[in-house]
Amino acid sequence: MKILVAVKRVVDSNVKVRIKPDGSDVDVAGAKMGINPFDENAVEEALRLKERGLASEVVAVSLGTAACQDVLRHALAMGADRAILVETDLQLQPLGIAKLLKAVVEREQPGLIILGKQAIDDDAGQTGQMLAALLGVGQGTFISALEVLDGEIRVTREIDGGTETLALRLPAVVTADLRLNEPRYVKLPNLMLAKKKPIQTYNAAEFGIDASPRLKQLNVAHPPFRKPGIMVNSVQELVEKLRVEAKVV
Amino acid sequence: MNSLILAEHDGHKLKPATYRAVTAAQRWQSPVHILVVGHSIAAIAQEAAAIHGVARVMLLDAAALAHPLAEDVADLIVRLSRAYQVILAPHTAFGKNVLPRVAALLDVAMLSDVMTILGPKTYVRPIYAGSVHVTVESADTVQVLTVRASSFAMAATGNGAPIVTLAISAETSPATSYGVRWLGATHNVSGRPDLVSARVVISGGRSLGSTAQFQAVLAPLAEKLGGALGATRAAVDAGFAPNDIQVGQSGVVVAPELYIAVGISGAVQHTAGMKDSRVIVAINHDADAAIFQVADYGLVADLFEAVPALTEALK
Repeated sequence: MKILVAVKRVVDSNVKVRIKPDGSDVDVAGAKMGINPFDENAVEEALRLKERGLASEVVAVSLGTAACQDVLRHALAMGADRAILVETDLQLQPLGIAKLLKAVVEREQPGLIILGKQAIDDDAGQTGQMLAALLGVGQGTFISALEVLDGEIRVTREIDGGTETLALRLPAVVTADLRLNEPRYVKLPNLMLAKKKPIQTYNAAEFGIDASPRLKQLNVAHPPFRKPGIMVNSVQELVEKLRVEAKVV
Repeated sequence: MNSLILAEHDGHKLKPATYRAVTAAQRWQSPVHILVVGHSIAAIAQEAAAIHGVARVMLLDAAALAHPLAEDVADLIVRLSRAYQVILAPHTAFGKNVLPRVAALLDVAMLSDVMTILGPKTYVRPIYAGSVHVTVESADTVQVLTVRASSFAMAATGNGAPIVTLAISAETSPATSYGVRWLGATHNVSGRPDLVSARVVISGGRSLGSTAQFQAVLAPLAEKLGGALGATRAAVDAGFAPNDIQVGQSGVVVAPELYIAVGISGAVQHTAGMKDSRVIVAINHDADAAIFQVADYGLVADLFEAVPALTEALK
């Protein structure tokens, strides 16, 4: 079984994102970039399935500018066999990404497609579900466990108040929760080796798909700051403040 | 044109998030319909019909839908979609699972975790773990969105909207064509209020040290205040608390009257899920912890002494 894993290049989670002076967009120029953490879980899970003999090949795919090669190299260094870059300068949104991924799936015919459950930049959490819908296949979202059986997988999903277990016929789309696994560290020699692994590049225009943005960004802003709080010196003072000032207990 | 809300329920009761979604839907000033899907859910449909601002309840009650799957619910909504310009659900695990599928099938963009509805196609939503708010305008004719429950007030009750029962047919019965089977579920039973709608939330970080101490230190305070327990991702990863009470960017977003952060450093991934609380208290031994920057009341103290003392002082 071939596994396709989608990875997104995002601003590192430790970066404090700035806003352009005109408020039109975030300013990520020069910010540290890397693989979306949830996508790293997705790659890790695919690799573990391959290592257990349950998958034959792990293919990583990313969409965007040529800069996305760095996250594909990261996936290759983790152990993915090869990578695909769908190159475009378009500002991609989940629906457009799902449409382009569908075209890649049709070319690659994977048995299982794994994505992160959300990207930490736009926090949309839509692409996996949209891809499953466009492919007409079942979906296992927010998964924390995955088991491969004969022709189907069993997934444990994180839901409000507990977990749910589903069986999915393959091919299927699943999205990884951070609890799915602990991604391996990339060792330097593997990073060197990854440079020799192939990255196949498509121009998104080749697919003849309209992936243009549907949502227009009007402006961005930092949320209003909370008014500064105070430090109290004792539990007694805290209780007093909560009772008299905040009137909340 | 009308607005359609996908009801969130647990098989017995309508979830509070649904009442809040009704408030959000009023923004379009068009009739609001609620879709309730499940099995033996007549009582839930009655609850939905009682919400002020609801014009119609659409009930699909079938044994095969006792555990509704995203594939089936999305197909159902798509079949009903011609009558709607807005399709909306609370931003919960259920809504997040179903609505992107609906949007893709309708070939429209989706808005996730909407905090403010500025106009019929204009929204404010959080990005970058809530450190930035973006205002976006949709170009699509049908609006598909999930709304952040804590950003909208509970709709009042006392209404008596008509309930329309959808016929079970080949069209509405679950499609086995996707090859998805529901096998089971586990629910964490705490006996405490629902985290998302609790008036008070007591959250703990990894410095609680163990599952036993997490419970021993925090549970009595939660009990005392009638609150729910929350946790950071670090505490969940360490196994001190179940995943479904994780507060933050990749977990639950809460905005209670009172949020008490115990032994929590205050990473943006956590504060994304609690900084809209009305009153925030932080108790941490590290005076430089970032959590004090969002707290209304900060106390630098050993949590193992301060929290029991606080519980005692509130008696």
